[in-house]
Amino acid sequence: MQKNIIIAGVGGQGILTIASIIDLAAMDLGLHVKQAEVHGMSQRGGAVESHLRISTEEIYSDLIPLGKADLILSIEPMESLRYLPFLSPGGVIVTSTESYENIRNYPDKTELLNHIRESASCLLIDAGAIATEAGNVKTYNVAMLGAAAPYTGMEATELEKAIATYFADKGEKIIATNLNAFRLGKDYAQK
Amino acid sequence: MNKQLLLGAEAIAQAALDAGISGVYAYPGTPSTEITEYIQKSPQARDPFVRSAWATNEKTAYEAALGMSFAGKRSLVCMKHVGLNVAADAFMNSSVTGIHGGLVIVVADDPSMHSSQNEQDSRVYGKFALTPVLEPANQQETYQITRYAFDLSEQTALPVLLRIPTRLSHSRAVVTKTETRPQNRLDPSKEKGKWILLPANARRNYQQLLEKQQELVLLSESSPYNKVKEGIGNKAVIAFGIGYNYTMEIISSYELQIPLLKISQYPLPEEKIKAFCNQYDDILIVEEGYPVYEELLKGYFGNRKFRGRLDGTLPRTGELSPALLAKALGLQTPEVKTIPAIVVPRPPMLCQGCGHRDLFDALNMAMESYPHKQVFGDIGCYTLGAMPPYSVISTCVDMGASITMAKGAADAGIRPAVCVIGDSTFTHSGMTGLLDAVNDRSPVTIIISDNDTTAMTGGQNSAGTGRFFDICKGLGVEEEHIRLIIPLKKNLDENRAILKEELDYEGVSVIISQRECVQTLKKQKKQCKKTSLLPE
Repeated sequence: MQKNIIIAGVGGQGILTIASIIDLAAMDLGLHVKQAEVHGMSQRGGAVESHLRISTEEIYSDLIPLGKADLILSIEPMESLRYLPFLSPGGVIVTSTESYENIRNYPDKTELLNHIRESASCLLIDAGAIATEAGNVKTYNVAMLGAAAPYTGMEATELEKAIATYFADKGEKIIATNLNAFRLGKDYAQK
Repeated sequence: MNKQLLLGAEAIAQAALDAGISGVYAYPGTPSTEITEYIQKSPQARDPFVRSAWATNEKTAYEAALGMSFAGKRSLVCMKHVGLNVAADAFMNSSVTGIHGGLVIVVADDPSMHSSQNEQDSRVYGKFALTPVLEPANQQETYQITRYAFDLSEQTALPVLLRIPTRLSHSRAVVTKTETRPQNRLDPSKEKGKWILLPANARRNYQQLLEKQQELVLLSESSPYNKVKEGIGNKAVIAFGIGYNYTMEIISSYELQIPLLKISQYPLPEEKIKAFCNQYDDILIVEEGYPVYEELLKGYFGNRKFRGRLDGTLPRTGELSPALLAKALGLQTPEVKTIPAIVVPRPPMLCQGCGHRDLFDALNMAMESYPHKQVFGDIGCYTLGAMPPYSVISTCVDMGASITMAKGAADAGIRPAVCVIGDSTFTHSGMTGLLDAVNDRSPVTIIISDNDTTAMTGGQNSAGTGRFFDICKGLGVEEEHIRLIIPLKKNLDENRAILKEELDYEGVSVIISQRECVQTLKKQKKQCKKTSLLPE
């Protein structure tokens, strides 16, 4: 088994939380993991991505080869398209529909969503609404992970276990809220 | 816990702790910052104590590390590639003195210039200093090679340069650690002449350094990090450092049988290279960075069997990737989707609420009436003032250059000669330039945009916090021309007026624009909440 996942967003949106949870689950299963991150200047509101690779075999390149990503998990709609050359022919885009418009020439949103629909098989997620329903808007990223869970190559229960580990020092309530967001995200995507 | 998911940078830090360092010295710089941060946070660095506070710049860091080595203890010093330009004087001469306690210098290169002004290849510095260079391929090897680096340093009595690129520094993988060994005891060097580079000693030391080169080559010949992976055919690859990963990615995904020589320890193992090269007619050289060894192997007359970055088989600039390797090996790559034109660039920008923003607004207003609107800039978040909507910064060259370039421009007749420099950059390399301006009574306006931190690299302590007035006064700036402004919207008119007054002054003036970084403020608030409140 090998899964290549691009996690995309804007600096400051916290894409590394998603990556860390998947990492924990993969490590717990004894899988090989590689996760390339973006640090430095781009973190100041620029486009950021993380290349995450998990596999039963040894992984060599820290970067996912072009055309080999199984999943683009994006927490911003325009950012989901920026990494299209990495997506495999059968790959899936799971993206949030809520735009982060910190640039003047941000494209028309309806047109943008149409482009996403035409580009690959995709799931468009209203993560803000799910996070609010879960009880805390900060669970936005975990809601997105829930929606993308079936494409990560891991069982939802494994990811839930990793969520509990990741938020362990934040207390039971935060863990419960995040698990709730994860499940709501998963249910939303299955509808 | 022996298995951890670590960044390449963190693997270095963990290995250095396990190798028994007594101190780490560094100035923050992407992609090297996380090494020191890891040690600062590690409980393992508390007992026995490992010294880890930030240095003022890379040169002071290197020299302190050398002093620790003189005392017989092991030290680690970390910087980004351009930081080694600052530390180069100390580094070059420390290979002539040699070292006592193990000294490893980690230099993080930034091919593709993700966060840097150039993509210089630090292996050249290692060659220049005639000192061993190590270049690991993956995170586990990074751990092992860092431990080995300290042994190699003590065995050869030389500083060892460990080079990593951004992609290895900022990528995580599972790393298995080994046992921790104790620190060295205090045991100051007794070899007196060795440390005094007066010409007579320097000549002798340099001769010894040259004589040591053969030993270094032999160590590379037997190094477990330089190894051949057998294959078939007359085509072969020599892959250096992380180039090995990209090559292996292609070998494994295309199921190739191509022979491969991996190099991670320099100087080059001559016999191993010769024996390998003699077997094949077509050899691809895969280097992350400059074609340093491709040039060497190709020779002045250009042996055509070597291909790589010099002949366009691989691009001359930028970081490697699996796709570039596949293409270089003549393999068919799948057709990939293209990015639709609707996607526009999203460059980094100053944070909402950042004090630099309010400073730039005031500065743009104050500059309105002048024909020349150049503002000399420096290295930090405020370099983003070069972009719209501010478009106020005209230069960004190297740490501290804003002050001295403004001074030179003033000498040439530019008025006003004004520059913006951050607090950490000012203490790093700006103070000496300010002294030049004071001594020459240059008509320059120096704005220290002080946000209490080294912001761009993630908010590390800044060496001069709270003391800029005193520092500038001490360097000889007239007290009435050291002005303090608070860059807030409500102070815009007042700040514009103060700036204008000093821009018109025919002498050295310093404006300290002081407001805390919004990111560190946020972090502190979070920290307060964590420590003072019970969990919900």
